[in-house]
Amino acid sequence: MFEASDLNIHNQRAEKLWRLLFLMMTLLLILPVLIILGVLIHKGGPMISIDFLFTEPKDGMTAGGIFPALVGTVWLVAVALLASVPVGVAAALYLSEYAPDNWLTRAINLAIINLAGVPSIVHALFGVGAFVLFFRFGTSILAASLTLAVMTLPVVIVATRESLQAVPQAFREACWNMGATRWQTIRKVVLPNSVSGILTGIILEVSRTAGETAPIMFTGAAFFLPFLPQSVFDQTMAMSLHLFVISTQVPGVPEALPFGVALVLITMVLVMNAVSIAFRMVLRSKKKW
Amino acid sequence: MVEADRSSAAETDEVVSTAPVKVDVRNLTISYSGKTALRDVTLDIRQNEIFGIIGPANSGKTSFLRALNRMDLFIPGMKVDGSIVLDGREVRKWRNVYALRRRIGVVFPLPVGLPMSVYDNVALAPRLAGIKKRARLDPIVERCLQRAALWDEVKDRLDSLGSLLSGGQQQRLTIARALSQEPDLLLLDEFSIAVDPVTTMRIEEVLKELKQELTIVLVTNLVQQARRLADRTAFFLTGELVEVAATSALFSGEVNDERTRAYVEGRFG
Ligand SMILES: Nc1ncnc2c1ncn2[C@@H]1O[C@H](COP(=O)(O)OP(=O)(O)OP(=O)(O)O)[C@@H](O)[C@H]1O
Ligand SMILES: [Mg+2]
Repeated sequence: MFEASDLNIHNQRAEKLWRLLFLMMTLLLILPVLIILGVLIHKGGPMISIDFLFTEPKDGMTAGGIFPALVGTVWLVAVALLASVPVGVAAALYLSEYAPDNWLTRAINLAIINLAGVPSIVHALFGVGAFVLFFRFGTSILAASLTLAVMTLPVVIVATRESLQAVPQAFREACWNMGATRWQTIRKVVLPNSVSGILTGIILEVSRTAGETAPIMFTGAAFFLPFLPQSVFDQTMAMSLHLFVISTQVPGVPEALPFGVALVLITMVLVMNAVSIAFRMVLRSKKKW
Repeated sequence: MVEADRSSAAETDEVVSTAPVKVDVRNLTISYSGKTALRDVTLDIRQNEIFGIIGPANSGKTSFLRALNRMDLFIPGMKVDGSIVLDGREVRKWRNVYALRRRIGVVFPLPVGLPMSVYDNVALAPRLAGIKKRARLDPIVERCLQRAALWDEVKDRLDSLGSLLSGGQQQRLTIARALSQEPDLLLLDEFSIAVDPVTTMRIEEVLKELKQELTIVLVTNLVQQARRLADRTAFFLTGELVEVAATSALFSGEVNDERTRAYVEGRFG
């Protein structure tokens, strides 16, 4: 009565086959990541030292360290975050909590999606036109960071909106019915239950800007500048541009040097991601509903 | 106050008909993006009564409650026509909807424990109203939890998360929260859907007591619950008010409409 039919057996076999196929595809996906990391560590690992991290480049950038570029990248990312997070979070709050569902809102959402798809070199040209020339910031950290900020704004908005929308609508309605205004509801219920999600989302998305080259190339990042920036109106070196320069523009660079720079750059990004993922895991374990 | 004893429902019941009108609803029509959910409803709700609303799914009961506290402002596409007069004042002309809503407690079908401590859940409304001092909040929290028959179960863990209580407890928490607004009108929307029969009975006892102090609108799809609790009952069917009468009359077969008889006898719906 309950013996497996031929069809059952066939289905079971097929099931195993599909599973195997999908597993292999997944493993295939990890492969490039592993190879990249392996090569970087193998070739660039020996370069890494305290000296390498904390001294200036020397001999026409064929020797020495990367300190100004490292500091520059931190500046650029930090100022970009400072500019994009408040604007992005405010926009996401408006779109998710206040905006009526009409053509204007839909148009804005569409614009955000499209903005996320604009190539970074186009953002670079916009940055030159808007921040370097029109607002007369010159080529400076400010101009470069604002360009990065404009570029990351869509992902900040999307990440924030997703966290906000993860808060159940029933919570909002409960508050509204008690006579809370929208802002009171946001303050008491929506934000406390999404702020950590917003932060992790933003870190995860924005850590990518550390590696961007095009948007900062014409707006504030310098080819070679062995001093630390004193204010946002200075130019600065940056890891990504530095890597580009010593890989393609400067003769006589020892082979290991670019790999060392790349390794530091990718480590910065991975550390930010790891922090964000750890944060997210802690959050999940303390879920409140 | 209002001229009590508007004739609209005067034919119904001698016991409650002397009570002043709390909510006077005239020609209320509700639609969502042009689709009518409730059509031309006229009825009144008296002070200190439990006003039952029965009807099958999709009959517009929840929409009716939403119109009372002006939730239409916050629901995209929802439009309300006609007049709703609460304590002699048209709700649409209320200077401040938030003040209006604070006077009206609402309990939803599914319990909503907010993701904050039990204490904070109940203290939220007083805090929104500007009460900040612990010394003033403590007695309010205790009194509301007690009236909602929840105090004994949670008094030792007021700091634990409200959203992690059991379903029945969360529903009583929701009631406590509604009471913390010190409402004079309490709207209950199928509150017992997610609650066991024992807890339901306890809450029903609470409601009978609360009736002394406030007016209750009880939407329910348990016909027997309306029979147990409501002084008068309205029967809604696919967006229409079929009839409104004293509960005792409805259940003893004194109905004006055969559909009402069929529904209360459980022959359809
Ligand atoms: N937010 C909304 N947007 C659009 N239509 C809605 C909305 N809420 C209710 N409706 C529509 O209004 C009509 C009446 O719904 P309502 O929720 O008032 O019925 P109900 O009597 O409460 O039903 P139930 O017993 O299932 O809760 C339904 O046709 C429903 O689809
Ligand atoms: Mg309903």
